[in-house]
Amino acid sequence: MPSWSVNDQKIPQGRLALVSYVFVAIVALLMVGFWKLQVVQSGHFVDLAERNRVRSIPIIAPRGPMLDREGRVLVDSYPSFSILLMRDDLKSLEKSLPQIEDGLGIDPADLRQQLEAAKAEPKFLPVIIKPAASQADIAFVDSHRADIPVLELMMVQRRRYPHNSMLASAIGYVGEVSVQDMDDSEGQYRPGDLVGKAGLEKEYNDQLEGTDGMKRVVVNSVGKVMRTLDNVEAVPGKPVQLTIDYDLQAIAEADMVGKQGAVVAMDARTGEILAMVSRPTFDPNDFAVRVPKEEWQSLNTDKKTPLLNRAIQAQLAPGSVFKIVMATAMLESKQISENFTAYCPGYAVFYGRTFHCWKPQGHGVVGLHAAIVDSCDVFFYNVGKLLGIDTISHYASGLGFGKRTGIDLPGEEPGLMPSEEWVERVYHHKWYAGETISVAVGQGAVTVTPIQLARMAAAVASGGTLVQPHLLKNFVNSKVDHFPISDNTVEQVTQGLYGVVNEGGGTGYHLRLQNIDLCGKSGTAQLMSYDAAKRLGTKTMDGWFVGFAPRRNPEIVIAAIVQDTMEHGGEAAGPVVRDIVKAYFDKKNARTQQQATTNSPAQPGSTQPLVATVGAKRP
Amino acid sequence: MKDRPRTQDFDWVLLAIVAAITTLGVLEIYSSTHASAMAGMQWKQLMWLGVGVAAMFIISRIDYHTLMDQAPVLYMFGLATLLVVLVIGHSRFGAKRWVSLGSGPNFQVSELMKLIIIIVLARFFSEVRTDRLTLTDLVKVAALTFIPVGLILMQPDLGTAMVLVPVAIVGAFLAGIEWKHMAVGLVLVALLIPVGWNMRHHLKPYQQQRIETFLHPEENPRSAGYQVLQSEIAVGSGGFWGKGFGKGSQNQLGFVPVRYSDFILAALAEEQGFIGVCVVLLLYLGLILRLVDNAQKAKDRAGMYIVMGVTAIVGFHVLVNASMVIGYMPVTGIPLPLMSYGGSATAFVFLALGLVMNVRMRRFVN
Repeated sequence: MPSWSVNDQKIPQGRLALVSYVFVAIVALLMVGFWKLQVVQSGHFVDLAERNRVRSIPIIAPRGPMLDREGRVLVDSYPSFSILLMRDDLKSLEKSLPQIEDGLGIDPADLRQQLEAAKAEPKFLPVIIKPAASQADIAFVDSHRADIPVLELMMVQRRRYPHNSMLASAIGYVGEVSVQDMDDSEGQYRPGDLVGKAGLEKEYNDQLEGTDGMKRVVVNSVGKVMRTLDNVEAVPGKPVQLTIDYDLQAIAEADMVGKQGAVVAMDARTGEILAMVSRPTFDPNDFAVRVPKEEWQSLNTDKKTPLLNRAIQAQLAPGSVFKIVMATAMLESKQISENFTAYCPGYAVFYGRTFHCWKPQGHGVVGLHAAIVDSCDVFFYNVGKLLGIDTISHYASGLGFGKRTGIDLPGEEPGLMPSEEWVERVYHHKWYAGETISVAVGQGAVTVTPIQLARMAAAVASGGTLVQPHLLKNFVNSKVDHFPISDNTVEQVTQGLYGVVNEGGGTGYHLRLQNIDLCGKSGTAQLMSYDAAKRLGTKTMDGWFVGFAPRRNPEIVIAAIVQDTMEHGGEAAGPVVRDIVKAYFDKKNARTQQQATTNSPAQPGSTQPLVATVGAKRP
Repeated sequence: MKDRPRTQDFDWVLLAIVAAITTLGVLEIYSSTHASAMAGMQWKQLMWLGVGVAAMFIISRIDYHTLMDQAPVLYMFGLATLLVVLVIGHSRFGAKRWVSLGSGPNFQVSELMKLIIIIVLARFFSEVRTDRLTLTDLVKVAALTFIPVGLILMQPDLGTAMVLVPVAIVGAFLAGIEWKHMAVGLVLVALLIPVGWNMRHHLKPYQQQRIETFLHPEENPRSAGYQVLQSEIAVGSGGFWGKGFGKGSQNQLGFVPVRYSDFILAALAEEQGFIGVCVVLLLYLGLILRLVDNAQKAKDRAGMYIVMGVTAIVGFHVLVNASMVIGYMPVTGIPLPLMSYGGSATAFVFLALGLVMNVRMRRFVN
């Protein structure tokens, strides 16, 4: 028997007992540990387990489409996926970055910059690293759910503008909701939500925006959905039907290609905007996904301000178009005889200063009609001097200058109609009488927007009814202002405006149309004084043309401006007005004919009018 | 006195406790895996239990004195196989052990080493003829223990390596370690544990992550911190009464890492609550006290050292595993004996229990 197995030693019972006590103590301590977790902190952990288990998946409501007045789609939406990067687990995020950059083809520098920028935001807010993910991107995220748990897919509805930059300035654009908006919305918005940022998208955001649904699902540890707890369907946004006529819009767009300026065509009786163009412009599709930083910068810093909607935001000197206001003021105020004439030698001297007429050789002796038709400056200098600034201001303001028209677009500018009171208030000095002479031909301090000019022309031609321009088809509570103008005045002024287009020697004679009583007034605003222009040898001008038709009870009124042109208003801006008016009446006639045929006994079944003749049901 | 060891002399109380624990284990394995791709795992575990019980009977028939006679040979054999594992198939075995799968045809050498160290140290302490352990003896014990510990550490498998140490500590304590030596030892251990832990972090986190991802893609292997948090959530959300069998979301949806194996106590805690945990912990306490009782009744010191070696390892496993589940200790891949799924680990526990039966059967035999 080996020495070690000699049984001559007692079992150390005491020490064995001590070992037992140690184990009793250990088990007691473990029980305390479990007690702390399972009883003391249980609520906290129940909460965490629930958050693990249940995931709320928003069901994004598609944004409502925008339609033209005949139901043609101008804007719609389509579903797409965004890839989110979760930032709550920074450690595994850091580890996965190279793989993510590789798999999704994202520039590492961009991604890191994005993460750096997001550092200030709360950690639970994910970062959208790839909007509009491709099929391959989605497959990448799906197949790496286990090893790249920081990636998440989110279905979003993207905006689509099938006609690209058409009507872009009025439509505006959408963008991801800003942190500021999210904070203000009290939980209505989540990161990545699209909201209208400008134009109609912003104005009618509430209507276009649907109500997102919510799906609560049980997920397992790798994010796989096991079952659905409940499901609240998304309510899609409502469509917004506009007053825009796609056909007229297309013509206006085509005529303005490559130019700088704006066109606005309006139903003179209702204020419905039929076409609205602003150039240069942008493609709102570029905003439907994240806008690259450089592109934003170029859009925002471009001197030609493509993001500006010139039709309602450009405040410009109206030039000779203002003579419509002057003629109205002259006739209505009765401070001057209707038969007032002036001699135009090509210039006139007031208060020691020489004011030129656009026609250096002069118009000779002119009355009101001739002065409108050939746009005699000297005649209106005299009218202005006789009326004084406050009378001019009274009529101009009555016809809507110096205040917003109330069009349903954000950011409309009011323009400026100066008066003695205004000068004293703003500049703290008396009105210089010489200024009145400039204002009389639409120069000087007076500025207007194209929409104001269109509305003014419609008001004068219709006896003083100032409609509220709008783009929404079912625009309710349209506010109509009245600034009554006598029939005689309407008759004389419209006769003059008719002559501009239809009488030889009129500044718009080249615009005349067969069978259509197009009336109008050209305007050419100087961007610098005659002297400066002479010195520099250049002559860049803003060319206006405001037209309406027919002469009596006009249906359509159009204001167009072409900026930075060498041509006079009639040549520069006249053709687009003429083209739209022609298209409007061609379309109207075609419809009347079609209605006549469909209503004929040959086709008795078809009694439904396609589209009511514009304005036929309205007085 | 009898002349022959008899199976009737097995510790049937101990085996009843073992049966209760394994039953709870199999049920929880079923609950954790029945709704997943791993369904049916409980049958495999039952098979391992059967293999274990058979092994227990076989090893109980070989007189522990005979086994201890062969201690040097067993020790050399154990070290040799550890070396072989290190030289050949390092990645395979090393990787395999790290994720604590433990099943499959490759019986883990490190599990075998646990049995060998019990026998070797029992032999060594029995040879100390006094009730006082000299410093020389302690150095020898340390050497015997730390050679295999070092080899297992190189696999790398910190968990199993650490498991060998309590055998030496408990043995030394029973052999009459001097209080001053114990104090110095405790201080040394207290200093070394954090150092070793940090070194592991410096050397291998990358490797660990890769291996985990490769072998367990469905487990979503994030950081160890994530695993512990998920385990704590499971335990804490279980509350006092538990969520019910098969109803723990952390468990059923796979948030609890390796819920059928190393974290089976978290799965049980979630579904059976604090009450269930108390039952399990008391069963383990009963098991340990019953083992100590067997040591107290052993015929000789050699038998006592063997039983207490087994007690030390089983107790250490329970302590470290339960502590890990509630976040009191780091994740080291130490399973809960008799409950966690795994072939090698189950086989080891039953072989160890076989040694205990071996000693008990022979307490009245001359």
